[in-house]
Amino acid sequence: MSIYDKIFPPKRYTLDNGKEVQQKRSRAPIYVIVILIMSIVSIKVTGFDPKVLATRGNQFFVILNRMFPPEPSYFGSIVTPILDTIKMSLLGSAIGSLLCIPFAMLASTNVCKNRVIVAVMRLMFSIVRTLPTLVSALIATFIFGLGTIAGTTAIAIFSFSYIGKIMYEEIETVDMGAFEAMEAMGFTKGQAFIHAIVPQVMPAFLSNSLYNFEGNVRYAAVLGYVGAGGIGLILNEQLGWREYPNVGMILLVLFVTVFIIESVSRWARKKLV
Amino acid sequence: MNDRIKKAYESRPKDWIWHLVIAVIVIGLLIWSLGAMETSGSTKNGGKMALSILNGIVHPDTELLFNLSKEGVLYLLLETICIAFMGTVVGAIFSIPLAFLSANNLSPKPIAFIGRILIMIIRTVPAFVYGLMFIRVTGPGPFAGLMTMSVTSIGMVSKMYIEAIEDLDTKILESLDAMGCSTWQKILYGILPQLMPNFASTAIYRFDINLRDATVLGLVGAGGIGAPLIFAMNAYRWNEAGSILIGLVVLVLIVEWISTKIRVKLTRG
Repeated sequence: MSIYDKIFPPKRYTLDNGKEVQQKRSRAPIYVIVILIMSIVSIKVTGFDPKVLATRGNQFFVILNRMFPPEPSYFGSIVTPILDTIKMSLLGSAIGSLLCIPFAMLASTNVCKNRVIVAVMRLMFSIVRTLPTLVSALIATFIFGLGTIAGTTAIAIFSFSYIGKIMYEEIETVDMGAFEAMEAMGFTKGQAFIHAIVPQVMPAFLSNSLYNFEGNVRYAAVLGYVGAGGIGLILNEQLGWREYPNVGMILLVLFVTVFIIESVSRWARKKLV
Repeated sequence: MNDRIKKAYESRPKDWIWHLVIAVIVIGLLIWSLGAMETSGSTKNGGKMALSILNGIVHPDTELLFNLSKEGVLYLLLETICIAFMGTVVGAIFSIPLAFLSANNLSPKPIAFIGRILIMIIRTVPAFVYGLMFIRVTGPGPFAGLMTMSVTSIGMVSKMYIEAIEDLDTKILESLDAMGCSTWQKILYGILPQLMPNFASTAIYRFDINLRDATVLGLVGAGGIGAPLIFAMNAYRWNEAGSILIGLVVLVLIVEWISTKIRVKLTRG
C-alpha cells in the first residue's frame, strides 16, 4: 500500500452478496498537478504567450507564401546536392549499421557473459546516442574539413548508436537453443553466432537499417547547416539570401525524394518481415 | 534419418539469385555513394584537432558547469528542458485533431489521405527553416524554439496517434451504445481509456527526442543550449564546449531513464 492510498483511502463498495470490494482512488490528480507545475515553470522560462501567436501568427506564413510558387529553373542546381545527401546517408547508414554489430554482440547478456563488458558497451551506446548529431557533424568538420565526409561520419556515428541499441535488444530475445547446440558440437563462439543468431536477427537488422536510412535522409538536410555537405548547404545559402522561391523548390525536391525513398523502403521492409 | 535431413536440405527454397541481385544492387549503390566523398582539405591538422577536442571534453570548465547564473550550464539546461517540454505539449495538442482527421477508420478516405500528405510535408521541412519562420512571429529566443519544437514534433507524434486510433476496439463503443450511453459518455468511458496510455507514452518518448534535438535550435537563435555550444565550438573553446556537452549528455541520460520507467508502467497498466 503506497502513501497515496493512505492519504486518500480507497472507496469501499458492498456488493449484493455482502462481499466488500475496494476501488483505489484515481492517480490522475497527481499527474495533473505535476504536468501543471512543469507547464507553469516552462511558460515562465520560455516566455510562451498564446496572445502573441494569435496576433502575430500570420507572420509565420509570410515566408511560406513567398516560397510559392517554387522556382523551377533552380532545379538544375539542386540535383547534385540532393544526390550528395542521399549518398551521405546511404554510406553513413551502411558504415554505422555494419560497425555496430560486434559491439551489439558484446552488449547482449546472452552472448557475452562478462557483466562488466556488457555494462561498458551499453554505457558507450547510450552516451554516443545522446551526443547530438549536429555536434558530431561539427566536430567532424573540424577534423575532416568541410564537406560530405564530415556529414557521412556524423550519420555513421548516429546510425552506429541507434542500430546498436536496437540490435542488442533484438539479440537478447533470440532463441539460444541453436547457439548452445552449436557450441556443444565444437563451434567457436563467433561461428555459432554467425550460424545460429545471425539468421534469427537478420530480418530485424535489415529492416531497422532501412528505416534508419530513411530517417537519415531527412536528417542529413540539417547537417549542411554546419558545412557538412549535401542539400542543407544550399538550403542555408538560399535562406540567407532570402531567395524564397528557390527555398521552396529545394523543399519540394527534398519532399519528393524522401517520399520515394520512404515508399521503396516501406515496400522492402514489408517483404522482409 | 540422415536421408530425411538431406532431403529437407535440398528442398529448401532456392532464392540465391534473388539474394545475389539484391547484394549487387546494394554494393553498387555503396560504390556510387563513395563518389561523393570529398572534403575541402585541412585534414592535416585533423589529428591535432581531435586531440584538443578530446582534451577539452576531459577537462571541462567546471566553473561554467556549476554556475547558477543565467549564463551557467544549469540554467541553459533548464531552459532547454522547458523548451522541449512545452514544445512537446503544444505539438501533442496540435497532433490530436490532425490524427483524428487522418485516421482511416474515422474520417472519409480523401480527407485521411490529404491529412497524411500534410503530415509528411510538415515532417520534411528541416527544423531550422521553421525556426526562421517562427522568429518572425515571436522574435528570437526560447519562445521561437518552443514553437519550432512543437511543429517538428507533429510529424512523428501524429503518426503514432493515428496508429493508436486505428487500433481502437470499436466493440466497446457498441456495448456502451447498447447500454444507452450518450456520445460524451462513450468518448469518456469508451475511447479515452483506450487512447490515453498510448498518447501519453508517445508524448513522453517525443519529449526525449526533443531534448536531444534541441541543439539544432541554437543555429537560428531560437534559444536553448545549442547556441552557446556551437559558439564555444566555433571559437575552439573546448573546455566550455566540454562542460556544456557533459551537462547535456547527463541530462538526456537521466530523462531517458525516467521516461523509460514511466512508459513501461504505462504499457503494462
